[in-house]
Amino acid sequence: MKYMDEYRDVASVRKYADAIKKITVHPWTIMEVCGGQTHAIVRFGIQDLLPEKINLVHGPGCPVCVTPVEMANKAIAIASRKEVIFCSFGDMLRVPGTEKDLRTVRAEGGDVRIVYSPLDAVKIARKNPDKEVVFFAVGFETTAPANAIAVHLAAQEGIKNFSMLVSHALVPPAIKAILSSKENKVQGFLAAGHVCTVMGYREYKQIVQKFKVPVVVTGFEPLDILQGIYMCIRQLEEDRAEVENQYSRAVQEGGNVPAQELIEKVFCVIPRKWRGIGEIPESGWGLTPEYQSFDAERRFDVVAESKEESSECISGLVLMGVKKPSDCPAFGKVCTPEHPLGATMVSGEGACAAYYRYRRDAT
Amino acid sequence: MKDDMKFSLTCPLPISDYPKVLMAHGSGGLLMQQLIEKIFYTAFSNSHLLTAHDATVLDIPQKRIAMSTDSYVVQPLFFPGGDIGCLAINGTVNDLAMSGAHPLYLSASFILEEGLSMETLWRVVQSMREAAAQAGVSIVTGDTKVVEKGHGDGLFINTTGIGVLEHDDIISPDQVRDGDAVLLSGDIGRHGMAVMTQRESLSFESTIESDSMPLWETVNAMLKEGIRIHCLRDATRGGLSAVLNEIAAASKLQIDVDENAIPVDPSVRGACEILGIDPLHVANEGRFSAFVAAENSTRAVEIMNHYSPQKNAACIGSVVVGKAGLVTLKTPIGGCRILDMSSGEQLPRIC
Repeated sequence: MKYMDEYRDVASVRKYADAIKKITVHPWTIMEVCGGQTHAIVRFGIQDLLPEKINLVHGPGCPVCVTPVEMANKAIAIASRKEVIFCSFGDMLRVPGTEKDLRTVRAEGGDVRIVYSPLDAVKIARKNPDKEVVFFAVGFETTAPANAIAVHLAAQEGIKNFSMLVSHALVPPAIKAILSSKENKVQGFLAAGHVCTVMGYREYKQIVQKFKVPVVVTGFEPLDILQGIYMCIRQLEEDRAEVENQYSRAVQEGGNVPAQELIEKVFCVIPRKWRGIGEIPESGWGLTPEYQSFDAERRFDVVAESKEESSECISGLVLMGVKKPSDCPAFGKVCTPEHPLGATMVSGEGACAAYYRYRRDAT
Repeated sequence: MKDDMKFSLTCPLPISDYPKVLMAHGSGGLLMQQLIEKIFYTAFSNSHLLTAHDATVLDIPQKRIAMSTDSYVVQPLFFPGGDIGCLAINGTVNDLAMSGAHPLYLSASFILEEGLSMETLWRVVQSMREAAAQAGVSIVTGDTKVVEKGHGDGLFINTTGIGVLEHDDIISPDQVRDGDAVLLSGDIGRHGMAVMTQRESLSFESTIESDSMPLWETVNAMLKEGIRIHCLRDATRGGLSAVLNEIAAASKLQIDVDENAIPVDPSVRGACEILGIDPLHVANEGRFSAFVAAENSTRAVEIMNHYSPQKNAACIGSVVVGKAGLVTLKTPIGGCRILDMSSGEQLPRIC
């Protein structure tokens, strides 16, 4: 398949794997930020192709994983209401709240629907004027433009029965939080390509200057990731710290400006809690005052109880790149994708779930 | 049944008194009698069925028979490349074939939802008739129930099948041996993606059609050629990964497969990529995996290809002693990972 097979080509992959081996002198710890990258690394066995000196750790870039339990509880409370059609991307359905998940709500008679775009939820709202249609807007900067368009469109058309439960997280503040942590081990970052497609990579220049770590904007196919690792190690070995762009086929420095303008109109920066990590200042988006009437939390006035992770769970340390899933005594024993103890086991893109699925025998 | 026109030209709907199924069609009275005679007897006509007795008596000379049952609840009822009717035949026929049995007889039980259109029922029944004829099986007994509107999803079908073993081989997971070749009868993922793209109203440039087809002919040809078949399993729910994991666990052996060798049509790969779904976890309705003696591998693949419309059967891996129950996958770029069963419903990812 075009634009995919080229980036899975064995000869090119080997070439980059060899080049990485050649330039690696010192041991380095590199974090890929995005869950999609973690998934690809583990699924394709990319770590097997790297020298032992290179330690890949997995970042907090899985939106499902870092959604706080109280947000899942709010979703469940809203979705359980009789007048509500609750629309969500598929993988939020199995995220456990304190007592149940959205699949259970559906089994109990709730109208919970999987959609592929927030615009589909707007369409459902148009078709069902006697119902309240709520879209669960979970994601990083990547999914924000479509969510912003949905709210904007609903406002323009005066669709009053549409609202959004917003749980948006931002990547750069999370990277800053990781780098500011005393326990930090990460020496270089592969930034999430799709986030940068929307936002560009100017923000990372400040991070690079302040923390003196290389950041390479990286794609998601095996060859992308190997190139990203190569560029990152080359900087580390040459004692440079710059922002470089491996994913230039999709990412421009300034990002997608019309998308950013729309996001700015609809969303504003707020503090946010990250499951497994805690609150990070200025790390989320909420609806701006102009669009607050579309805020599902206000509309349904839901209060949900919060819940701390199990004391056995080390997902916070995994998300910060301090530990690996295999370091956890609960991994694969009391904690599995069917019964996750914490954030990183919840979604298929969480580091623990990816290790469990693809590498549990190697641990 | 792929072609509506064909249906309307060759098989006019024989019942028009009531355009929709009523509760009375399941009440044991005259309307039920009419429904059975005009729809089921007309479509499935054979001497066993027409005895219209409480049970059908079958003369079976073979000592060993195989029996299997399955229920069909697919939504939508019609999807590209098939419908619930042909699935209900092929699914049970294929389960029998996987034990090396020649499928001969089926029962068919229908649970109809009040309000189902007679035309829909007739289309499904016609599709069953065609699929049964293609698979060489007779529907010899059946049952009809009607449930109130809102208590069913249009139409559910259960079929139970009987097949005969015309050979002395034992084909089952515990026969799998170290060194066996793992074969796949064709490209994977078509059925699951055909249904999913319909169910979720997703439109792609090319329509993905279900792979629903009967598999006995292929299995029979392999048996007749003397292929030493140790185990067969059709890759339905859970897809190929479920099959490999089930067989590895049951045989207490390790299975190593090569992802590059597993055929996946580009349209299926594309749809799976977009939705974040692994084709190895996607359901098929006309594909099976065979565990055969390594020396028979090449010939067995040739036979599979003779009967496969896509001609892309392949040897995808082998059985080794290794670790009992483990399935490993060599990735396209030369890495290695576990191939796990999917943990449940296939859910598209956020990004």
